[in-house]
Amino acid sequence: MPDLRTLLTATRGRGRFDWTDWFTYGYLLLGIVLMLAPVLWLVLSSFKTAAALNEFPPRLLPYGPKSVTVPGRSDPAPVFRVKLPDGTTQELAELRRIGIQATMVDPAHPSDEVRVNIRDREPVREFRLATENYTELFGQFQFGRFLWNSVFITVVATLITLLFNAMAAFALSKYRFRGRKVAFLVILATLMIPPTIVLVPNFFVASSLGLLNSPWGVIWPAVATPTGVFLLRQYMLTLPDELIDAARMDHASEWRIFWRIVLPLSAPALAVLAIFSVMWRWNDFLWPLVVLSKTEDFTLQLALNAFQGELTTQWHFLLAMTVLTLLPVTIVFAFLQGYITTGIASSGVK
Amino acid sequence: MRVLQRLLGVPRIGWAFVAPNLAVLGLFTFLPIAINFHYALTGGAQLYPTERPFVGGENFAILFECTNHFDPSTCRKDLFWRAVYNTGSFAMLQVALMVLFSLITALVLNRKILGRGFFRGVFFYPVLLSPVVVALIWKWILQREGVLNALVQSAGGTGIEWLNVSGWAFSWTVFVSIWAHMGFYTLILLAGLQAIPADLYEAAQMDHASPWRRFSRITLPLLMPSLLVVIVLALIRAVQVFDEVFVLTGGGPGSATLFVVQFIYQTAFAESIRLYGIAAAASLVLAFTLLVLTLVQLRVTRRSVDGGRDA
Repeated sequence: MPDLRTLLTATRGRGRFDWTDWFTYGYLLLGIVLMLAPVLWLVLSSFKTAAALNEFPPRLLPYGPKSVTVPGRSDPAPVFRVKLPDGTTQELAELRRIGIQATMVDPAHPSDEVRVNIRDREPVREFRLATENYTELFGQFQFGRFLWNSVFITVVATLITLLFNAMAAFALSKYRFRGRKVAFLVILATLMIPPTIVLVPNFFVASSLGLLNSPWGVIWPAVATPTGVFLLRQYMLTLPDELIDAARMDHASEWRIFWRIVLPLSAPALAVLAIFSVMWRWNDFLWPLVVLSKTEDFTLQLALNAFQGELTTQWHFLLAMTVLTLLPVTIVFAFLQGYITTGIASSGVK
Repeated sequence: MRVLQRLLGVPRIGWAFVAPNLAVLGLFTFLPIAINFHYALTGGAQLYPTERPFVGGENFAILFECTNHFDPSTCRKDLFWRAVYNTGSFAMLQVALMVLFSLITALVLNRKILGRGFFRGVFFYPVLLSPVVVALIWKWILQREGVLNALVQSAGGTGIEWLNVSGWAFSWTVFVSIWAHMGFYTLILLAGLQAIPADLYEAAQMDHASPWRRFSRITLPLLMPSLLVVIVLALIRAVQVFDEVFVLTGGGPGSATLFVVQFIYQTAFAESIRLYGIAAAASLVLAFTLLVLTLVQLRVTRRSVDGGRDA
């Protein structure tokens, strides 16, 4: 008769639950904590008030001062745990305070006022999300401006990327012109030239084209991605040439063939490239840092960098802003995880 | 387009379709490569190339002038050499650890486990976060009154200013960059693992091969091509490390986490006198390193493709 341990740890198909299984689940558990906990900690912290963020050691969940509405008063009154002269403690709401004397009242009996020394009381705190970190962002820090800059650059750059890369991919997959192979190789070769090594001359090119301190200075250099051309060309090669020949019979112009036939049929590959491009542009840092030097032109990434470097960092705003910056990417990932991972696995580029 | 079509004829209109892409690449990639040489060979702080005096190899001479190349403090541009040594040790440490952990993660995720898709997502998620966000997430944890110090103190230790102590700051840049990029390499290795035929493992099972033997005799040799690609790719990225570190430590304390790209950025854009020539010369040194690594990569990929054909 098998003993209980073998029965419990038996796995389907294979024999015993050996050390590799223990290792696997231990590793996964550690991995999930290490990968997700930092992000969760950021999100939890972003809901704490400035005062709560200054506490050390920090609490896990966001807490704020508890307050109640006392009948007959318009403002909510803060609640304190008060040690009464007879030795008992009670939660009372503060009506007013003069010096070290506070006038407190039990919200259930608003007429019985009690005077206490403020040393005999401490504030009561309750679980409360400091959503004002988020709502006040839009008023402070020109946050809306940075958001708009980021969205504008991301959307426009992605649209141009899709158009330019699809045009190039169309030509490289459906025409047999002289120099086609050379053009393809030249485009692919740029994969090996990282932008970090042409930083100085690119700054000059951008400056002579009048692109400094303009979102177009971030957009134009980024739109001719070799990855995109490669991805789209491979896909377009699988589209049957007969479709194009048939359209030519009907006297469709080459542009019309591209716009009306090839582009719609390439939608799956375009979708993958669109996701990539959105991620790339949203997360861009070094080149925007070089091109955009005025605060009002900053993208969210640049604004985050600028504010974290200030002498007195306002962490409650900074954390909320960080969460809002990672939110779009997180949402895209949650819904399109399959697209992203297969796209990366097949092209080897992120 | 119609006019162009009449002008060029149908096959040659292909050029018209490639033109916008090539124009952008020409303007922002190929032209800059040429101008970069000009910057590297000229001096002064002027941005406009024609205003810059020719100095020949002086910028390189300044960068390389050292009494003892193994001791950065004896160099004229001591920061450059510190950056070079930091980048070298960062690349070696980071790539070794990253490949090791990506491999373990890929092996674990390749098993028949509950919720595999979910776990894959968890390990991959940080790859998509922007470097600034990654840096801020960790900066918040590592700050003096951060949660890590709270945990250390509750375990009876004393808090440490993680990002203000050279050794710790350097270790954390390695850790954070692994945290952020590991998922990418895990994904490539996972694809490599899934290409290994399952019947090999079934045969090994029949012969009662131990898990370690199955790994060392089947998995490792067949995964070698993917592993080599991952190592070279990771090296190419590691040599260019900038974003996360720049936000996390700013290169400090002192120059403990100053890397080559940050040296280039600071020399050209963050100093009051912008020494474009020195920065361009340093870019060329970096470009040369990357060129060597890329050639290695091409060799490795070609061999791994050929190896695949043989198998």
